Amino acid sequence: MFGMESYGLTIRPRMASRGRTRLHKVGADPLKQSGFAVAEEGVLKIRDLHVEIGGEPILKGINLTLRKGEIHALMGRNGSGKSTLANVLMGHPDYDITGGTVTLDGEDLLELAAWERARKGVFLSFQYPQAVPGLKVGNFLRKSVQAVHGDDTLSAREFRAELNAAMEALDMDKKFLGRYVNDGFSGGEKKRFEILQLMLMKPRIAILDETDSGLDIDAMRTVANGINASVDNAACLIITHYQRILEHVQPDHVHVLIGGKIVASGGYELAVKLEEKGYEWLEQEASA
Amino acid sequence: MSNEAREAVGDYKAGWHDPEQSTIRFDAGLSEQVVRDISELKNEPEWMTDIRVKAYHHFMARPMPTWGSTELLNSIDFDKICYFLRSGDGTKGDWDEVPEDIKNTFEKLGIPDAEKKWLGGVTAQYESETIYHSIREDLESQGVIFLDMDAGLREYPEIVKKYFCSIIPYQDNKFSALNTAVWSGGSFLYVPKGVHVELPVQAYFRINSENMGQFERTLIVAEEGSSVSYIEGCSAPTYSSDSLHSAVVELIAMPGAYIRYTTIQNWSNNVYNLVTKRGVAYENSTIEWVDANVGSKLTMKYPAIILKGEGAHGEVISVAYAGEGMHQDAGAKVHHLASNTTSKILSKSISKDGGRGSYRGMVTVSKKADNCKVNVVCDALILDGKSRSDTYPTMEIKNSSCRCEHEASVSKVSDDQVFYLMSRGHSEDEAMALIVNGFFEPFIRELPMEYAVELNKLMALEMEGSIG
Repeated sequence: MFGMESYGLTIRPRMASRGRTRLHKVGADPLKQSGFAVAEEGVLKIRDLHVEIGGEPILKGINLTLRKGEIHALMGRNGSGKSTLANVLMGHPDYDITGGTVTLDGEDLLELAAWERARKGVFLSFQYPQAVPGLKVGNFLRKSVQAVHGDDTLSAREFRAELNAAMEALDMDKKFLGRYVNDGFSGGEKKRFEILQLMLMKPRIAILDETDSGLDIDAMRTVANGINASVDNAACLIITHYQRILEHVQPDHVHVLIGGKIVASGGYELAVKLEEKGYEWLEQEASA
Repeated sequence: MSNEAREAVGDYKAGWHDPEQSTIRFDAGLSEQVVRDISELKNEPEWMTDIRVKAYHHFMARPMPTWGSTELLNSIDFDKICYFLRSGDGTKGDWDEVPEDIKNTFEKLGIPDAEKKWLGGVTAQYESETIYHSIREDLESQGVIFLDMDAGLREYPEIVKKYFCSIIPYQDNKFSALNTAVWSGGSFLYVPKGVHVELPVQAYFRINSENMGQFERTLIVAEEGSSVSYIEGCSAPTYSSDSLHSAVVELIAMPGAYIRYTTIQNWSNNVYNLVTKRGVAYENSTIEWVDANVGSKLTMKYPAIILKGEGAHGEVISVAYAGEGMHQDAGAKVHHLASNTTSKILSKSISKDGGRGSYRGMVTVSKKADNCKVNVVCDALILDGKSRSDTYPTMEIKNSSCRCEHEASVSKVSDDQVFYLMSRGHSEDEAMALIVNGFFEPFIRELPMEYAVELNKLMALEMEGSIG
């Protein structure tokens, strides 16, 4: 696990070298080099995933593999199925899965309830975080981290230290801890709070659903730093409309979702191209 | 506790019962003779016997209320209830002298422990009579009187005679008449002028026998400039047949005095809980009712405050939890009779598993009461489609200078809210408990720490298995 210092606002070195090969690649693993067969850890595999809501097909065969240390961006217009994918991965009960599989390190994720997935290390930063009046932020954070980490939970003191460091990194006032979860929060406060949870829960699979929407430039930079500090040990799926946040959290892979299918995948340059040219050229290609 | 018993009790953790070993048990049923026998057994003065008998006749003549839950009220079989049951041989001042089985009961409920840690005085009532009583010496030396009501009547007849039935006459309602006729036990608390009782005093009421009627009578007098907090807890075993708990509580706050009366009612869901509570607040005094109703089959309880003196303040803060087979008809009444009086009512209710929660409230401001302030907030949370919540607010404001605020909300727990919490590693039950505890938080904040913890635990227990 990363230490407190990684919550700092220093920009990660990877920002400077776009598109370079990541250090964690399989070949660097000494166990692998020595010939031991080791199951990959922190690998989320989505295979031919079909999802409906109320009889209406939303996702029509998604294939995606996320590995520890990778940042994937999933882009697409409203209604393309981005948030559906996020909710399905987390285990929202409203969706009907009509085909395909999702596994985490080989284990069937779709069989598990949302809270079980959370305890396996899946985290969703919500597009619309829900308010729970009367439930204090501090209490909620401690309880949630305990729920997710189980026996590995930090002592109260260590937790407090991590919490303080993370809040400082996110430029959040201590008073925040005494407020009620998402109750009366501004849009920006909600997003910061999601990232605070991300930093404390240290998931293996982090799904960020439009975490950038409604943030001004400064807030976006702060939030992006929070994400960067958390993704070293996680596979990260960033769902967004815009290329903007990707300038700060640079993805290894960019995927474009149109009409429930991934129609294009590429590197960061794909996001840049989308920003310049919009989605139309892809839509034309997809329907051609 | 046998497995069979545990099955019947379910999640209700105070639901075990001990073998009944009564020394005196009246035959079931009510008559003038029963009333006279109770009075004679207690060697009461004639005036008390007279008022009991009058109250008995009023009870018999008085029709059942036609509101609340008439169906449940009319199903009470008064002939099946035992109106007096003595289990010990008098009130003990030393815990070690309390009969073993009764001691066990209260020890399981954590009563002596709580006393050691944070209470100024304790009474414990088992069936009809108080079996244990104690008060800290420093309070006693300041003239604070804390006795069970029977002892209060014996030792301080002049004070009891002055106030008994002065706030709640026996004619007030059918159940205040019943209580006055057959009352036994309860607390008598007298705080002299200027004395501040720093630690709360507590009474614990336990019904152990089947078909039992518990009719405690409590009187609290806080003299000028004094202050006191009183806490009562209640529980009973789970039986297949019903018991009746019908208390009367009268509070008198003299000028500048402060009384807070806290109730944590956790009756099993075979207990009818029909209670009349009322306080009178004189100039610049404060009365607060803090009222949690977690159990019972039917509760009808509306703690009332009469703001009689100028500048008096009244608060009723209540929560009600209506689970399976429960109807909580609870609320508050405040009457502003004097100028510059203020009141606050906060009511929170939760219904679940087909339970029914009702808020019934009344606030009146009399014509001659100028510049009064009234604030009423009632929130209801419904946890599933089969449960029900109703609100019956009444306001009669006869003075136009009154500033009156009223807010009411009914909400349902949304799937998205539960999903959000589940995504943070909380099971469905835990998520529900977090939402419910959050809903109650403004209430819990008002409780002494130990009770807040207890109530949180109780609620978490009630939330277990709430889904699926």
